[in-house]
Amino acid sequence: MFGTCDHPSCSRSSDRKRGLVNVSRWIIAILVVVPLGMIPLLAQTNQKEQASQQPAKKTVQTASSDRGQQVFEQNCSRCHNPPEGFSPRISGTVALHMRVRANLSDSDYKALLHFLNP
Amino acid sequence: MMRITFATGLALLAARGIAQDVPLLSGGVAFFHSTQAGSTSYMPIIEPLLAAPIGSQLLIESRAALIESFFPAGNGQSGYDHLHFIGLTYLQGDFLASPHLTVVAGSFLLPFNTYNERLSPVWIGNFQDGPTIANLGTLSTGTGLGGMLRGSAISSDKYSIDYATWFSARSGNEQFNSERSAGGRVSLYAPGSRVEAGLSYDRLLQGTRENFYGAHLWWEPKDTAFRLRSEFARGHHAQGYWIEADYRTQAFGGADSWSGRFEPVFRMQQTFRRDTVVSDGLPLVNTQRADFGLDYNLPHNTRILTSYSRLFASTGNENIWETGIVYRFLFPAWKERSNIAPPLQSFSEPR
Repeated sequence: MFGTCDHPSCSRSSDRKRGLVNVSRWIIAILVVVPLGMIPLLAQTNQKEQASQQPAKKTVQTASSDRGQQVFEQNCSRCHNPPEGFSPRISGTVALHMRVRANLSDSDYKALLHFLNP
Repeated sequence: MMRITFATGLALLAARGIAQDVPLLSGGVAFFHSTQAGSTSYMPIIEPLLAAPIGSQLLIESRAALIESFFPAGNGQSGYDHLHFIGLTYLQGDFLASPHLTVVAGSFLLPFNTYNERLSPVWIGNFQDGPTIANLGTLSTGTGLGGMLRGSAISSDKYSIDYATWFSARSGNEQFNSERSAGGRVSLYAPGSRVEAGLSYDRLLQGTRENFYGAHLWWEPKDTAFRLRSEFARGHHAQGYWIEADYRTQAFGGADSWSGRFEPVFRMQQTFRRDTVVSDGLPLVNTQRADFGLDYNLPHNTRILTSYSRLFASTGNENIWETGIVYRFLFPAWKERSNIAPPLQSFSEPR
């Protein structure tokens, strides 16, 4: 009862079915492989996004430090050699002393303070 | 290179959450040798500086000098004699009244030209001795006892203007000797070209009233280690100028390389007497002096200063040879309080 059909239409339908199966297999494969392949791509994208965000933060920080360094070079090291280093506990006192001695503006004083103790 | 090293050093030292306003002790320790016209003298110096903030708006600062001077006994006697001096150079309180105004009270360095305030500390000067005209306008003591208003009047990316104006009372106190006087200084600084120009004026308000006028010009080309500083001062009886240039090469491994630590210095100065009344500390006759120096900046904030000077005057020309070593120190006034509990056994130790 359920023998093979030799009719040409049957053979065409079976070919169609085989073709549909093949297509569905390809679709499944694509649906599985593509997301799997997307994982590293997405990860890379996230890294890039994070990386692009991190330099932005660094740029802000660096700009502030650069301003402080500029203040230091233009006001402090014009008169004396920079000390090789000192305790961060006195960085505020050093900046305050320089503010009075070099007549620093308020913004320059804050930039210098940030430079001495970022 | 030097700047990067300094910034890196500071970044390594810096830490968040640490009190930054601990009083500091700074200053210099130096040993100087000088041979002038065949006479040799030795001079050890200690110049400590204390800066102590009280709150965020008040700063107390003071500098002292401890000097021992050894010089030939003279009068046909062999051997050496010595003198010592201990005294406060200044002691002042600074109140930050506004972003543009700082009120200073106490004994303060007179802001006439630049040398007295900026270059006179022993750890800063490129030469052992100051310029000949250093006494002109600083009223023999270099300090005033009274009040001063100072600050940054205008500050922008292109230029800034700062000012200082003061009044000093007469004082015969040994530590706070001063003359009754008043004066001021205004400076214009252009950060782009690194040029600073300023004018100073003060007037002696006791005895014979005298006016003193000063002008200074500094130039430090950007991205170079070349510095040019100069001053002119004119008093009632004399006037003069000095111009000083120094340079540290960064061509061979940066400023912290062995070659970059050398610092050739040259200073030219002249004084001109306007009359024969000597009341300002300047020489009796016109003088010309050329100073050739070679400093070496050792690690650990230590400098070796050497110089040869030739003094030309109608009273006789002289050679001056000077050598010295200076160490600059800078640290908190007290140790950091430890938050770690001491070990139990320490409680059982007898006191």
